[in-house]
Order: sequence, then C-alpha cells, then structure tokens
Amino acid sequence: MILNQFLLLAAVLFSLGVYGVLTRRNGVLVLMSVELILNAVNINLVAFGAFQDNVQGDVFAVFVIAVAAAEVGVGLAMVLLMYRNRKSIDFSEVDMMRG
Amino acid sequence: MFSILATEAFEGSFTTEANVILENVWLIPLLPAISFFVILFFGKRMPKGGAEVGIAAIGLAFVLAILANVAWIDHRDNFDGPTQSALTGLIEDDHAEDDHGEDENALGTTLTVTDTTAGADGVDEVVDVDLAFTEAGEGEEAHAAIAVLKGTDWLTNGGIAFSVGTLLDGPSVMMLFVVTMISLLVHIYSTDYVAGDRRYTHYFAFLSLFSASMLIFVLSRSTLQALVAWELVGVCSFALIGHWWEEKPNSDAALKAFLTNRVGDVGLLIGIIILFFASGGHFDYITINEMALAGEINQTALTWAAISLTAAVMSKSGQFVLHTWLPDAMAGPTPVSALIHAATLVTAGVFLIGRLYPVFFIGYNIEGSSINGLSLIGAITVVGAGLVAFVQDDIKKVLAYSTVSQLGYMVMALGVGAWTAAMFHLFTHAFFKAGLFLGSGSVAHAVHSFNMKTDMGGLRKFMPTTHKTFIICSVALAGVFPTAGFWSKDEILVGTGGFGVGSGSANGSYDLMLVMGLVGAALTGAYMTRAIYLTFYGEFRGHGEPHESGKRITVPLIILSVFAAGAGLINLPPGFITGSLEPWQERFFHFVEPAAAYFPAISHSVPSYWLAVVASAVGLAGPAVAYWYYFIKVDGLAKQTGEKLTELPNGLVANNKFAAAGHALLKNKYYLDHLYNDVIVASVKGPIARGAIWFNKVVLDGFVDNAGKGSVRTGKFIYDSIDQGLIEGTVNGSGKLSSQSGQGLRRMQTGKVQQYAALLFAAATVLAGIFIVFI
Repeated sequence: MILNQFLLLAAVLFSLGVYGVLTRRNGVLVLMSVELILNAVNINLVAFGAFQDNVQGDVFAVFVIAVAAAEVGVGLAMVLLMYRNRKSIDFSEVDMMRG
Repeated sequence: MFSILATEAFEGSFTTEANVILENVWLIPLLPAISFFVILFFGKRMPKGGAEVGIAAIGLAFVLAILANVAWIDHRDNFDGPTQSALTGLIEDDHAEDDHGEDENALGTTLTVTDTTAGADGVDEVVDVDLAFTEAGEGEEAHAAIAVLKGTDWLTNGGIAFSVGTLLDGPSVMMLFVVTMISLLVHIYSTDYVAGDRRYTHYFAFLSLFSASMLIFVLSRSTLQALVAWELVGVCSFALIGHWWEEKPNSDAALKAFLTNRVGDVGLLIGIIILFFASGGHFDYITINEMALAGEINQTALTWAAISLTAAVMSKSGQFVLHTWLPDAMAGPTPVSALIHAATLVTAGVFLIGRLYPVFFIGYNIEGSSINGLSLIGAITVVGAGLVAFVQDDIKKVLAYSTVSQLGYMVMALGVGAWTAAMFHLFTHAFFKAGLFLGSGSVAHAVHSFNMKTDMGGLRKFMPTTHKTFIICSVALAGVFPTAGFWSKDEILVGTGGFGVGSGSANGSYDLMLVMGLVGAALTGAYMTRAIYLTFYGEFRGHGEPHESGKRITVPLIILSVFAAGAGLINLPPGFITGSLEPWQERFFHFVEPAAAYFPAISHSVPSYWLAVVASAVGLAGPAVAYWYYFIKVDGLAKQTGEKLTELPNGLVANNKFAAAGHALLKNKYYLDHLYNDVIVASVKGPIARGAIWFNKVVLDGFVDNAGKGSVRTGKFIYDSIDQGLIEGTVNGSGKLSSQSGQGLRRMQTGKVQQYAALLFAAATVLAGIFIVFI
C-alpha cells in the first residue's frame, strides 16, 4: 500500500480548507472549509490506521466526525444568531471579539 | 595544722537533681521581675498605684524563699544522690575507697555515716576515723553540703559556654530569706511612707526591679551572670537615691553613688577577666573555686584577681576609701536606705567575697598570715567609719556610717578566715540595721526632718513603739548579750584568732584585727547612745506636735526588732548549751557554710569565754561613757539651765586644740570628698578639659568637616551617575518599552476572526517548520 497518495490528498484538502477559512466572508462557507480541514485529518488518520494495520486510526476518525458534527451544530447556531441580530453573515464585518 | 574541713574530704561540689523547689528557685527572682514590668506598664491605672502588685509578688517570693530554706535544710542533711565535681565529673560512690587510699578516712567516713544517717553510732565511727571531726564535735558534719546547680548555656562562642542559671547552696538560700523578708517589710512600710508621692508607681516598680536583681545576684552561678545582676542593682540604687531628683543634692548623691561604683566595677571586670584567663576559660563559680583550691590557677593570678575584686567590694560594700557614696546615698527615701543601703545591696560585695572565697583565701594567703589587704581594709573601715558617726547631726547619716562600720566587720571577718562569722553578721545586721533605718524613717515621718539637733529630742513620749524598737535594734547593733549582734560580733572577734583566742585553731593570728574589732564595738555602742539621746531623750526641739506612725510603719519595726533580738540564737557557739538542746547549736554554720569541694579548708575557732566577757565589757564601756556625757552631764545641765542642749557648751572640743582638730577632721569626713573633688578631679579635669577641647576642635572637627564634604561629593556623584543615569534610565526605559510593545500588540487585536485564524495557521506553520528542521 502506498501511503503517499493519501497524505498528498489530505494535504491538498487541508490547504483548500485553510484557504477557504481565511478568505471566505460567508459564515456558512467558512464552516464548510473547516469541515474540509477536519476531513483532511480524517483521511490521514484512516490512512495511517490502514498502513499500520490496526483500528486506532479508524476509531479516531469516527471521533473526529462526531466532534465535527457537534462543532458544525454550534457554528451554524452562532451564524444563525448573527444573522438574526445583524441581518448579515459576513465575517469581515464582525469585530466583536476585540478585547 | 590539720583543718576541720579539709578540701580533700569532699570530692563532690554540686548536683543537678534535687528537691523540686531547689531545682526551680529561678521562680523567686522571676516574680518581682514580672511585677516590675506590670507596675511599669499598668501601675498607674491600678487602684493602689501598683503597690499591690509589688507586695503580692515579693510576698509570694518570700513564701517560696521560706520553702527553699526548708527544702535546703532537708537537702543538707539527707541528700544522697549522685554528686558531681567540676574537675572530675560525676563521682561514683565507691570512688574514694578505690583509688584514694590516703583520703579514705575522710570521704570514707562521709559514706559510712550517710548510711546510718548521723545516728549515735555514726558519731562513734567518726571519732574513730577522723580526729578533725571530733574536734568540731559534729558527727553529722560528715555529710557534704552539695550545692544545687541548674542552668543552661546562654550562648556559646569559640567553644566557651556562657552559662546562666542558679547555684543554690547555704549562703544563697540564706540571702534569699533575708532579701525577700526585708524587701516585703519595706514594701509594706513604703505604702505609708511614700503615700501621695508623685512618683509612687515608679517607686514601687524600682523596688520590684531591685528585689529581682538582688535575688538574681545571690542565685548567680557564674561571675558573668553576677556582673549583670551587680550592675542592675547599681542602676536601681541610682534610680532610688535620686527618687526626688528635683532637688539638686539628691541627684548629685545619685550620680556620686553611680560614679563611685563605676570605679569599683572596673575592678570587678578586671577580676572576672583575670579569673577567666587564669582558669583557662571559665566563668562558673564552682569551676573557678575548685580549680583555685586544686592549685590549677597560678597563685599570682589569684592574688591579682583578689585585689581587683577587692576594689569592687570597696565600692559596693562601702569600704574605706570608696565608702563616701554610701552616706550621701541617704538622700533617697528612708525605706530604700533600709533595704538597699543597709540590709541587702551593700552586702553584695561581702557576698561576692563569700562566693569566690577560694580566690581570696589563696590569693591573700589568709591561712597562716597575721595581716592581709582584705582584713586591713575591713579593720580600718570599722574604726574609721565608727568615729565619723559621732559627729553627724543627721540621724540617717549616723546609721549610714554605722552601716559602713558594720560592713567593715564583715569584710574583716572574711579577711581573717572567719567566713561563717561574716555571713552570720550579714544575716543579723540586715535585721537590726533595717529596723534602725525604718525607725529613723518613722521619726522623720513625724517631725519632717532628719536633723537630730534641731528637730528631734524627747520623742519617746510621742512615739513609744518607735522608741522601743529603736532601742532594741541599737542594743543588738552594739552587741549586748544576748541579742543577735552579740553572737555575730563575738564570732568575728574569736575568728580573728588574735593573741591566741579560740585555742589557736584559727587560720592565723590577727592581733591587730582583734584590737580594731574591740575598739569598733566600743564606738558602736557610744554613737548609738548619742543618737538615742539626741532623738528620744531631752526636750523636744522641733516644731509642731509629733505623733506615732501608723500600723504599716510600726508593725515592720516590731517584726524586725524581734529578729534583731532573737536571730542570734540560731548560731549559738558549741559548748554553750548542752544536753538535749545541743543539736540546736551552730545551726547557721551547719546549714550555711558550704562543706564541699568548692570551698576552702578554713579552720574554725573554738569559742572563748574570756573574750566574750572582755568584748562585752569593752562594748559596754563605750555606751557607758556616752551615757555619762549625754544622759547625766548634758541632760543635767539642760535641766539646770532650762535650755535645749545637744552638747556641753564648753566641752573638750571648745577648749582643747588637739580635740578640735580631731573634731574638724571627723566633721569633714577625713577630707576624702575634698581629696576626690578638689585634688583628684580638679587636677585631672583641667588638662583633660583642655586636651578635650583641642581634640574636639582639631581632630574631631576636621574629621567631621572632611567627612561631610566628602560625603556631599560622593552623594552628588551618585546622584548624577547612578541615580539619574542608571536607575532613572532603567525605570523610564522599562516604562517606555512596555508602552511601545503594548501599542504594537494593540494593532493585532482587531477582533476579526479570520485574522486570528490566519495568525493561528501561520504560527502552526512556523512550528511545523521548526519541527521538520530540528527533529
């Protein structure tokens, strides 16, 4: 089995996800980009699990999927609230986290 | 000559395990010490101004002192525990029999009799073994009087331990009783005598401090501890003499007492230092004493130490020529004079000699001499002070010179080797002299003056109790049979061993001391007769209507006069009583004189009847002459002419040039004050003052000026370079740095989520790069 292809795929997906998180203004698209990053990691985990012939990678991947589901739930709720308050889901307009 | 208490007979000196009271006597000085602080801080707010605290503390200390005395009496005869010696350490019971064949009879006897507890059988055994004990006629003497030594190392420096603690033996337990008892009576007396005084609280605070210091002194186990207590009593004396310091003579007297004592204190310090180095680094009394007796300290060193310490005794115990402060010290309140300047503090010097007796005994070569420094000083003081007492008009000054004279007796007795006689005289003197002083205070309380010639006379009608107690105490002071003074003074006279009295068993034949002692006895009776006549007889010469003092003044007087009359009975000479009463003889000697390895082998004189008769005759001759002069001639003339006379108008002094010169000499107290003030001080003062001014102007001023300029320059340099440059720069720089870094970081805090995320990823990338490169 060749590990490199999976790792390259994961690296590409990860970079696409990072690009999306940093450049997209739409909150939903940012969340989708985060999903890309998480799934790139999932590919890595499953690939390493298969490479070393054990199930620990698969188990971690399942965990990450569950956590990602929860994260998206919370993230979408926040985007929804943002939309209700400001009639906009543009992240570039939001600077409420300024200390 | 074989001594009765040979040193070899006792190997042990002390024990650390004894009756619980004897082990904890430190509580006795602690009580008045606590009372001092309580009175000082809270006394003014108390209903009785702090006097109640002082009386309670000293009363409790008195009870403890009595308990300690009872415990000591039991310990003296029945102690059977392990004993120690400073030189040889712990002593085993069979030690003597094993390797001291020569001394076996002495210590062996000790052990035999220990078992039979001085029963009749024990006496027989002693007679068999040791002739010396039969001479003393005291079988039970075989018990050693082991001192109880407690304490702790205060500090250790360079391998030398400075120990503090208590050394309890015969003399200290006796002093505990005397100090606490007189102090208690004086406290009670003072509540009336100084009532309404503006520094009432302060007065009682210092009485407490004095009691504490004196008790520490008598319980000291080392010379260094004694020095501390010695100085403390000096401070209390200073403060109490100057109690009414608003009047110049009083503060002058306080200063004089303090400064005169400084002269002697130098001697004390030098003596302690000599003993310290000569003994190879020891301050402990017992160690120094044992080493001196064992010949481990150089004889010359001992002599110099003894001479230095004699200077201390001369100042503290008012011996000729440093006695001049003591009569002036009468400027203080009368109860203070009774407690401090008659009964207790002034005996500190005598007690010090008694404590370090081996140093004096060997240093002055007391055994086998017929004259030495200590006894000569004492003998001169006895007569010299007794003569001056004749020409004093102030009743307290008469008593002060009498005190000096009696202290001379004690020092003389120590100088001739009559240790017990000196301590016994200290004991009896404390009672009758305190009684006399308190009596004079009672008189002064009534007539508001101490001058016998202008303000007193005929007081027996107004003050019957004071009169009676004063007479009893005077009789005791004069040494009339059978009052306390008779027994103690007679013992001193016998102890001199002059002209072969005491069956020649004394330490040496001190003929001169015996003569001086007899002359002193005659003088004592005579000047007291004069004082009594001027105070209590004739016509009242003062103003107003004197009246008897209150109960708080008269009751202490009565108690003291009872002791003055009866205290002599506790040391009846051997052979005076026989039969079933015989064990009651020489009780004071038995319980007070240390019979242990730290006490020298002094011989004890056998009492002499003919000396007692001669001494009594001489002692009564003095008062008889004074009686004839005052009670018959002066009183007769006064009645005849109706004038208030205090002396014959054309007596010896008025007609005879020689007598007038003598009178002037005495009036001026041998010109000693003139010598000190005008000759010594003045001759030293001028050059020293000029030298001091030169030194001040040239050396000190120059030094100070230059030091000032230098420090200004240094300060300026420091201000410019270090303060302004370094410190200011650092402070300002750090402020600027944090301000600028804050401004810089502020720009990163945009609140934009994506910017934060970009930073996050950038940092993660950098970290990943570091990981890849370095790991």
